[in-house]
Amino acid sequence: MEILILVITALLIKNILLLQYLGNCPFLGVSKRMDTAVGMGLAVVFVMTLATAITWLVQKYALDPLGIGYLQTLAFILVIASLVQFVEMFLRKAMPALYQALGIFLPLITTNCAVFGVAVLAIRNEYNFVESVIFAIASSAGFALALVLMAGIRERLEAADVPAPLRGTAIGLITAGLMALAFLGFLGVDNSLKALTQS
Amino acid sequence: MSYMRDFTRGLWDELPPFRMVLGLCPVLAVTKSAEGGLGMGLCVIFVLTLSNIIVSALRRVIPRKVRIASFIVIIATFVVIVELVTQAYFYSIYTTLGLFIPLIVVNCIILGRAEAFASRNGVFRSTLDGLGVGLGFTLSLTVLGSIREILGNGTWFDMPLMWSSFEPFTFMVEAPGAFVCLGLMLGAMNAISGTRAS
Repeated sequence: MEILILVITALLIKNILLLQYLGNCPFLGVSKRMDTAVGMGLAVVFVMTLATAITWLVQKYALDPLGIGYLQTLAFILVIASLVQFVEMFLRKAMPALYQALGIFLPLITTNCAVFGVAVLAIRNEYNFVESVIFAIASSAGFALALVLMAGIRERLEAADVPAPLRGTAIGLITAGLMALAFLGFLGVDNSLKALTQS
Repeated sequence: MSYMRDFTRGLWDELPPFRMVLGLCPVLAVTKSAEGGLGMGLCVIFVLTLSNIIVSALRRVIPRKVRIASFIVIIATFVVIVELVTQAYFYSIYTTLGLFIPLIVVNCIILGRAEAFASRNGVFRSTLDGLGVGLGFTLSLTVLGSIREILGNGTWFDMPLMWSSFEPFTFMVEAPGAFVCLGLMLGAMNAISGTRAS
């Protein structure tokens, strides 16, 4: 039940994109078409889960025992950058089909602050290894969900009559704001779930 | 004259985050209050200017193939410095900005300036570019933070500003308000430059 609450919190109540403000550059950049949004979403799920697992191990077995926790930022960004590079090379050799689908999104992920943010949040929230991995999967699924929903809306917006100064990114941001408002509706679901388990 | 251009370009023509729609996450997250916006802006000026100086000084030494990784290490070094200094001397800013101080590392504006400007120009011009873009970013964030704080909380830099019966518009300090407010500001910028051009 605690795991379920963790998943629902990361996926909906604290959606990283809409309510934690992480990963907005790709959110606005690649949400214009449905197929690229799906590709980016999958690439993020893949990389974020791996990155969080590895950075958790780095933190617990390298930074903490050596007492160099202040190097966390530097260490994590290096791990993520090299991981992305490695995943790219591995996919190109081993799974060309998947590489075709995700390839162009992988370099972009290095500077996706959501990947870095979730890795740091997993440490700050003091999750254990399993919780961290579940947290990463749920967060990235929340990212993919918001991205795909946004792409669906933006494809419709193409045909809409938007005032000239608001065209493009501006209307994208306002749309995101309205989506975030809808996601605020999930506030408190975790408390009701907790109450349900206790009764 | 061209030195002046390097500095002023960041203040209107390439004003981040409006003209270069990059690095939006900190923009949205820390502008709940004017103080948060100003604090984040100052951190970014520091990191951006110093990383521009170092990148530009080392531009002939760094091999092209590993340049992005090298830039990130340089940027991360300054971010760690900011993290430690704010934690030691400006603790209230450190807690307001929270997670978003380490996240300056992945702020695309800084990497973007290193790649697009500092790696191609001399140290002095890169310094001016860093200061200009950083100052533009700070101003944008402070204005956005002020609008959100005044409307959402009725205060400005924690000083009560509105009349006593003013009902705070809580929407503005929540996440949806951040998106909508930034979107409207972007629209206003486009409208202004649209009328200027015609």
